[in-house]
Amino acid sequence: MKHLSFEGGIHPGDFKDIAKNHEIKEVLPGDIVLIPLSQHIGAPAIPLVEKGDEVLVGQLIAEAGGFVSANVHSSVSGKVKGIKSSFSTTGFQVQCIEIENNHLYEHVSFDSRLLENVEKEEILERIKNAGVVGMGGAGFPSHVKLAPKNPEAIDCLIVNAAECEPYITADYRCMLEASDEFLLGIEVVLKLFDKAVAYIGIEDNKMDCIALLQDKCKDKDNIKVIPLVTKYPQGGERQLIHAITGRKLNSSMLPNDVGCIVNNVESFIAIKKAVIDGIPAYQRILTLSGDCLQSPGNYLISVGMTHQELIDQTGGFVLTPSKIISGGPMMGFSIFHLDTPFTKTSSSIVCLHEDVVSMCESSVCINCGRCVSVCPSKLVPSRLAKAAENGDQQGFMDYHGLECIECGSCSYVCPAKKHLKQSISNAKKQIIAKNRGKK
Amino acid sequence: MEHQYHISSSPHIRDTLTTNKIMQYVILALLPTTLFGVVYFGLDAVILLVLTIGSTVFFEYFYEKILHLPITIKDGSAFLTGLLLAINLPVSAPWWIGILGGAFAIVVVKMLFGGLGQNFMNPALGARCFLVISFTSYMTDFSYDAFSGATPLAELKTDGILSSFDLMDLFVGTIPGTIGETSVIAILLGAAFLVYKKVIRLTIPVSILVSFSAFILLFGSSSLDIHYLLCQLCSGGIMLGAWFMATDYVTSPISDQGRIIFGIIIGLLIGIFRIFGASSEGVSYAIIFANLLVPLIDKISIPKPFGKGGPKNG
Repeated sequence: MKHLSFEGGIHPGDFKDIAKNHEIKEVLPGDIVLIPLSQHIGAPAIPLVEKGDEVLVGQLIAEAGGFVSANVHSSVSGKVKGIKSSFSTTGFQVQCIEIENNHLYEHVSFDSRLLENVEKEEILERIKNAGVVGMGGAGFPSHVKLAPKNPEAIDCLIVNAAECEPYITADYRCMLEASDEFLLGIEVVLKLFDKAVAYIGIEDNKMDCIALLQDKCKDKDNIKVIPLVTKYPQGGERQLIHAITGRKLNSSMLPNDVGCIVNNVESFIAIKKAVIDGIPAYQRILTLSGDCLQSPGNYLISVGMTHQELIDQTGGFVLTPSKIISGGPMMGFSIFHLDTPFTKTSSSIVCLHEDVVSMCESSVCINCGRCVSVCPSKLVPSRLAKAAENGDQQGFMDYHGLECIECGSCSYVCPAKKHLKQSISNAKKQIIAKNRGKK
Repeated sequence: MEHQYHISSSPHIRDTLTTNKIMQYVILALLPTTLFGVVYFGLDAVILLVLTIGSTVFFEYFYEKILHLPITIKDGSAFLTGLLLAINLPVSAPWWIGILGGAFAIVVVKMLFGGLGQNFMNPALGARCFLVISFTSYMTDFSYDAFSGATPLAELKTDGILSSFDLMDLFVGTIPGTIGETSVIAILLGAAFLVYKKVIRLTIPVSILVSFSAFILLFGSSSLDIHYLLCQLCSGGIMLGAWFMATDYVTSPISDQGRIIFGIIIGLLIGIFRIFGASSEGVSYAIIFANLLVPLIDKISIPKPFGKGGPKNG
């Protein structure tokens, strides 16, 4: 079978060997957890507990504060110490509920269901109550995504299992080690859309995963495993939809406009836990990788524990990292210290030594056109960056700058090492803010 | 907070290819044809090479020094311009031609427009055309050693057939011409290296050679004469121009679609100049003319953004 793909893109080294053969291990939090109230896009959740309250694992401690907000649950049992602000992985200050862990892990009673016995409304209700959000990084609340305005028109449920960022292997391990849970999560979501077929898109550098899932799905008519070409950004939403269905969407459209719903691997596992087991989203699997670590691997972590704790508990550093990246090296955020707590959207931490990190000076554009040929959105990044640097918003719009998906492929290939993506995303932010002011 | 880490915008990893490396690859790719020129034409070629390259590097340094600009000679582009200009000179050219040409290429064509990345015309070709117009007799004298006669291109022009050379001479390069343009095999060797290293894509050279061939087959001789076509393709500066001059990033369109249009224009112009024109500088003029059209070509060939115009189906 031909492996599907899109036009453009790049082939960075994947560095997945560092972590891919390490089985998922659970790491428990330390004495204190800091559970952020903003683990999703949209308004922060509203706290339901006060200083001195006793809480249990899985207890609702903050309630969704708006339409695209999500519930937050405790990941430990213990006593609430108060509300404290901390840095998030994106560099902003966020409010967190600080809980003293009594290490007993007493949990609320989880109310389980059988797939046959849950109806559409109850599925959505249980996902909403469990605070499930898109676990790939964007943090869009799943109960909103799974309730589009046109459920009868959804014919493709696309499972984003491409995992195209270098270093990250969490989805790969989940699919190998928790394949039944994963597939059950897909079946739960399929129940919401009567005519949908699920397509699991996996890059062909994970052939063992593809073979395993193809074998498990051979009797399931409505779940198909689709091998994709290994290429970055294969897991970009628009690129993935195009590769699998041939449908195209632009920046002003949502996947459901072309009959698709896209969700990533861990979101389906979280959905299965929420709907079938009644367990809310307070744990997740992430990859700890890079060349500086004693024990890189894939870990089941609890929301609210800090980066420092995970690294300490896994043996610490063998080399001093120059950069700590939350997320992948192509689109992740560099964080400046390790006391940052994990959220539901923390997919990985990559610790890179200065030999690997690019800290180069940029020189002038020589018009080589590499950024144009790799751009998955078919833009002209060098011109966009020039318009952005000159403050020429009209020029930026004329070159369709708002269509940029900020994948960073242009910056990656640029021989002049210009910060193309950075310039373009700054200009995008300014224009979007300005347009918002107008409305 | 005991230790802080570096912060920057993504992506956090970069490809290892740099502007410097690209320049080095192109210089390396020009080695076969340069070496052939040195071996075939002798010491005079070496002197011209040294003087021309020395001149471009010196004038870039000098210009930036007196205007207190950052010194950029380390990026390799001035060296490359010097090399390209030198291999575009006839070996009989006097020593000062190289120096004057180098100064013109750097100061007038490159630096006055803002330096690397800003010039709209290939500096080496701009200088060559300046020299040909100003010092026509020096620049069109292709006599060397014991040889003094017409170039293959001139023979093709007047007789429509080659009498003093055979196709193998053209392919190997044992013919009169500029220092670096005679050996087709040496040029193709370097070009193959550039394609392999992904420094250049095939779009420009192939569209030049295809459109030129089509033009020659239609208008060049009375019949569809393949031998005549091959002689045309292997003589003059078309190979050097197509693989090394027209592919200059700065002065060619940015998208592949644009590059195909650019290549077709150059191919057709070379055809027109060779068949209907009188000058021997067809390739240089064709490329420079097309350089001037690049803003227009870019305008009409900018790719359409992904997903513009809505869904394809559904």
